[in-house]
Amino acid sequence: MAAYFSSLDLAALVSRLPAGIAQGVIWGIMALGVYMTFRLLNFADMTVDGTFTTGGAVTVVLILAGWNPWAAMGIAILAGLITGTVTGLIHTLLGIPSILAGILTQFALYSINLAIMGMTANKAVSIDKYALAISSRNVNLAILTGIILVAVLIALLYWYFGTEEGSAIRATGCNPEMSKAQGINISFMKVLALALSNGVVALAGGLMAQFQGFADINMGRGSIVIGLAAVIIGEVVGELLLGKRLNFAGRLSFVAIGGILYYIIIVIVLWLKLNSNMLKLFQAITVAIFLAVPYLQGQSKSSFRRAGKNTVAEKTEVEKTEGREIKDA
Amino acid sequence: MLEVQNIYKTFNPGTINEKHALNGVNLTLEDGDFCTVIGGNGAGKSTMLNAVAGVWPVDSGRIVIDGEDVTGLPDFKRAAMIGRVFQDPMTGTAATMEIEENLALAARRGRRRSLHWGVTRKERAEYREKLKILNLGLEDRMTAKVGLLSGGQRQALTLLMATLVKPKVLLLDEHTAALDPKTAEKVLNATETVVNRDHLTTLMITHNMKDAIAHGNRLIMMNEGKIVLDIRGEAKKNLTVEDLLHQFAVQAGEEFASDKALLG
Repeated sequence: MAAYFSSLDLAALVSRLPAGIAQGVIWGIMALGVYMTFRLLNFADMTVDGTFTTGGAVTVVLILAGWNPWAAMGIAILAGLITGTVTGLIHTLLGIPSILAGILTQFALYSINLAIMGMTANKAVSIDKYALAISSRNVNLAILTGIILVAVLIALLYWYFGTEEGSAIRATGCNPEMSKAQGINISFMKVLALALSNGVVALAGGLMAQFQGFADINMGRGSIVIGLAAVIIGEVVGELLLGKRLNFAGRLSFVAIGGILYYIIIVIVLWLKLNSNMLKLFQAITVAIFLAVPYLQGQSKSSFRRAGKNTVAEKTEVEKTEGREIKDA
Repeated sequence: MLEVQNIYKTFNPGTINEKHALNGVNLTLEDGDFCTVIGGNGAGKSTMLNAVAGVWPVDSGRIVIDGEDVTGLPDFKRAAMIGRVFQDPMTGTAATMEIEENLALAARRGRRRSLHWGVTRKERAEYREKLKILNLGLEDRMTAKVGLLSGGQRQALTLLMATLVKPKVLLLDEHTAALDPKTAEKVLNATETVVNRDHLTTLMITHNMKDAIAHGNRLIMMNEGKIVLDIRGEAKKNLTVEDLLHQFAVQAGEEFASDKALLG
């Protein structure tokens, strides 16, 4: 045990943190995409695992073909819009349940992503040969670029969900019956929100591929879990810090911060020399803990067990006072 | 004007749950008619309202609103012409959105949702005035989430939303049934005020025979998916609960089954 603790090097943790934060910012962008569907549309969209890879694959392939990295990411966003639209249409036109619709698209995207990468599982893109927008070679610049993108994205989302169209999406997610009665085409709104969300996720995929220097067929695996983790960690922390003052812009900011916090946790887990093959297990446990927090917080305020205890306490209280009254008489 | 022409609807056809919910309903409401709808459970009252609203397509027959045949249009396309208030106070409003956001959504009923800002300053002042009419103090809580409101407040807000853009037809599906008597009366009074002020063509389902008699200029009774009684004008003014119970016994060939109707 002592040997284990003495083997932990704090300096190593500090030196790893910046890269963790840079990746966290990228996952924060991804989380903003997930937030749009998971929270605003009330639709757990599994497409994103595939879309994240699509974004990376499209970006890398286009950069290798000589495109400007930003233009390449623009096309990646378009590809994301398409994957989201496909899930939306499968759900609304064919009546397939939301989770299954996302899983089907994600499944199909595996083949499509391979095809995009010329039937290889992996495509490298080197910062030495191409002027990438973001790279792990220059972590500080990567963090800066990421944060600027996050800020622009939050501003855009804040504006969009305040417009008539964005409000209609939020209404669709909150109460579809009411939305229809108010003349909102809820099928269209669902497709639209899924498309936009996947566009954002594809952008995150494109950034991640450049950051790590390659696109990989498995790079998106489990990204829905990371996205949800970021959304929930961000919300829990945001509500803890700001409480009722947490407005929509604050919520979006904390979702992005959730991505960074999540990645810091992962860096610490790895630093503790826990077996990296067990990483997915730790990720799942982390997400489960944060998912449980709001529920357990509610339980601590009001639960059957508590209510049961209260009546026992009241009873003894009553018995005590009754006893006193008899004595007094 | 609302014309319902010979509509039929069967749920779950060909199964053991087959239900002939509407069996040739004919109804014409003139502009400004305020028609109350009564009938036992399963008589087809809500089904008729849902048919008019376009919740699902009818099997046969036609629905014409203000001269336009809407039979082939889904609910969200008919919404431009129709205001609806539901039985469940949770149904008519978006709980996670603010009061003013809900009103703004309703103010755009029947219009394309653009990229203009969702609630403008000018609207806010207008909503404040309209909320004052409800007399519930909601005008001072415009940025509160609707989920924080009581059932009665939500129902009153839904009524306001349904009439914010003047509907060609207002559909009220037992909109006071889930409320306590005092709140129900408030909401009903607000309904009366709005309907009279805007001269709205209205269909109101109620289980309360007194309410059915006290409100509106016309009363229809449904049984087994048909309209079996249609009373209007002077005849309706002189109507009593006893008359209605008697009529029901005659029309349906049985005693009126609902205690609620007797007690109300």
